[in-house]
Amino acid sequence: MKRFIGFVKKEFYHIFRDKRSLFILFGMPIAQILLFGFAITNEINNVDIAIFDKSNDATTQEIIQKISASKYFSIKQNITNEAEIETVFQKGKVLAVLVFEKDFKKNLTKDNAAKVHVITDATDPNTANSITNYISAIIGSYQKEINKNSTLEYQIETKSRMVYNPELKSVFMFVPGVMTIILMLVSAMMTSISITREKELGTMEILLVSPLKPFQVIVGKVIPYIFLSIINAIVIVLLSIFIFKMPVQGSLFLLALESVLFIITSLSLGILISTVSATQQTAMMISLMGLMLPTILLSGFIFPISSMPLPLQIISNIIPAKWFILILKGIMLKGVGLCFIWKETLILAGMTLFFIALSIKKYKIRLE
Amino acid sequence: MSISVQHISKSFKKVTAVNDVSFELKEGELFGLIGPDGAGKTTIFRILTTLLFADKGTATVAGFDVIGDYKEIRNNVGYMPGKFSLYQDLTVEENLDFFATIFGTTIEENYELIKDIYVQIEPFKKRRAGALSGGMKQKLALSCALIHKPKVLFLDEPTTGVDPVSRKEFWEMLKRLQQKGITILVSTPYMDEAELCDRIALIQHGKILQIDTPQEIIKHYPKKIYDVKADNMYRLLESLKSFEHHYSVYPFGEFVHYTDKREDFNPQELQQYLATKNHQNIKIEITKTTIEDTFMELAK
Repeated sequence: MKRFIGFVKKEFYHIFRDKRSLFILFGMPIAQILLFGFAITNEINNVDIAIFDKSNDATTQEIIQKISASKYFSIKQNITNEAEIETVFQKGKVLAVLVFEKDFKKNLTKDNAAKVHVITDATDPNTANSITNYISAIIGSYQKEINKNSTLEYQIETKSRMVYNPELKSVFMFVPGVMTIILMLVSAMMTSISITREKELGTMEILLVSPLKPFQVIVGKVIPYIFLSIINAIVIVLLSIFIFKMPVQGSLFLLALESVLFIITSLSLGILISTVSATQQTAMMISLMGLMLPTILLSGFIFPISSMPLPLQIISNIIPAKWFILILKGIMLKGVGLCFIWKETLILAGMTLFFIALSIKKYKIRLE
Repeated sequence: MSISVQHISKSFKKVTAVNDVSFELKEGELFGLIGPDGAGKTTIFRILTTLLFADKGTATVAGFDVIGDYKEIRNNVGYMPGKFSLYQDLTVEENLDFFATIFGTTIEENYELIKDIYVQIEPFKKRRAGALSGGMKQKLALSCALIHKPKVLFLDEPTTGVDPVSRKEFWEMLKRLQQKGITILVSTPYMDEAELCDRIALIQHGKILQIDTPQEIIKHYPKKIYDVKADNMYRLLESLKSFEHHYSVYPFGEFVHYTDKREDFNPQELQQYLATKNHQNIKIEITKTTIEDTFMELAK
């Protein structure tokens, strides 16, 4: 036991003396969560639009008033002819142009129908979509207002309610994803690098020719990173609660247990990587290409799995991150207990056992 | 027998690294494996330290079989690999303490054994190992390999990349360790270090050329060796090689080592020959045979 503690102590020295890995360990989580929380967002806010009002009557003025009163849009300029529409888009001044037809009010009162044209810059399709929806909603609510007094027959009203994230804050979606990525990065990449470093420096040769048992070496390597990953997970959860007002609906204790499970999954992957790579460089490349990319792209973090082609949907099942993100969303946003996420938990636990068994089988007590 | 190696062979893919090697070390012996880079020295070390399996043959270290009893061997040997395996980001003291701990001992317990060596680096014990000079790194690595009082010490090219003064000191340390009863197997590409061993094995291309005491090996050298010197060494080498009676010619430090085919060789004759080839300041002197001469002869 004393030998083992000596070994773990040495690992902590390595981590705390290497400025670069310290930076990765503690700088990254904070930087990433802030970046994803503030900068990368699907919400629209203060979008610049232009108005081409061919009618310029009381009704159009009222609609324009409503739009500019919302926090979503600010009216940048008024356009007076068709040709200008193209110009303002090309200059990139606005993302949408609202065109009211001639005699808008007259048409509305006389024919019961008036047309408004929403033209959006769809170079960014998501934003264009949102803009169209938001403007339609504003006009729709205005329409309801003027119909208040007259009763229309056979009207279907769609009422939607967004549950679990009613304000559609994208940070709620990113927090589970970022937490997953960071735990994966810290645990898998750092352990695989620290084990291969011993191989590269030749110290592994001495460790092998010592009474230390292989599992003591491996567990000794892993323990500091379990500890540091847990600290990271706590930092991320605190940041998202206090800065982004993200609610944690479910039990914090369950959240902690599931996080530890995922940390162990990632560590076992890291060990597996270190058994197949001879140098730190290789270990890093495998971790980045083989773990990070699939984790970001196929886990449902950024792109919804349900809209992927079938083969990719199948592949996504073997990505541990996918299951962990499901668990996190369940606990944090939906507030479910273990009885709703036992399947995901079991899958993660199974994967962990598999990786550990494989690494033990592949770990060499000799040089070849 | 402290180490016994019987007919060991080892191949990597197509390359035969060790080819039917056998030798034995008595308890407390200082034994040298002498050979150039790529001769198979490191492979033999790795087989004996249980890091590699031999393809053929058997070996025991301190009475334990290298395959069956590898755990016992790992408790009883000290190993200093070719590049000094130290943790560069740990201090001198932390490195030593770490190796003491993983072998289940403490620095204090075996301080007597490493005292001679460690006192020289103790003033720098708070310095990181990465910031030490080559000679100091080597001393630290030796201290780390010794801290658990091993029965057998394996030193793979311990003096490579170390300055001549440190090399000399290092061999004096080995002599003292030997007096404490530790069996030492050391490898080196430097022939001048061979003469400091009790016995040596000359090794090349994975085969042992000869095993004996350095004195015996030198004594059996069949020829008289002459140091030859002149102003233009390169031309001198060419001229000697075109001398019809030459047996061997190779550069040796500031001289050329020359041997003749004939028993009754007269240096005067060579002097005259070289003079006709327009060499200036010719010097020819009989010299002592060294291990290197023997090695060159055997490796022919």
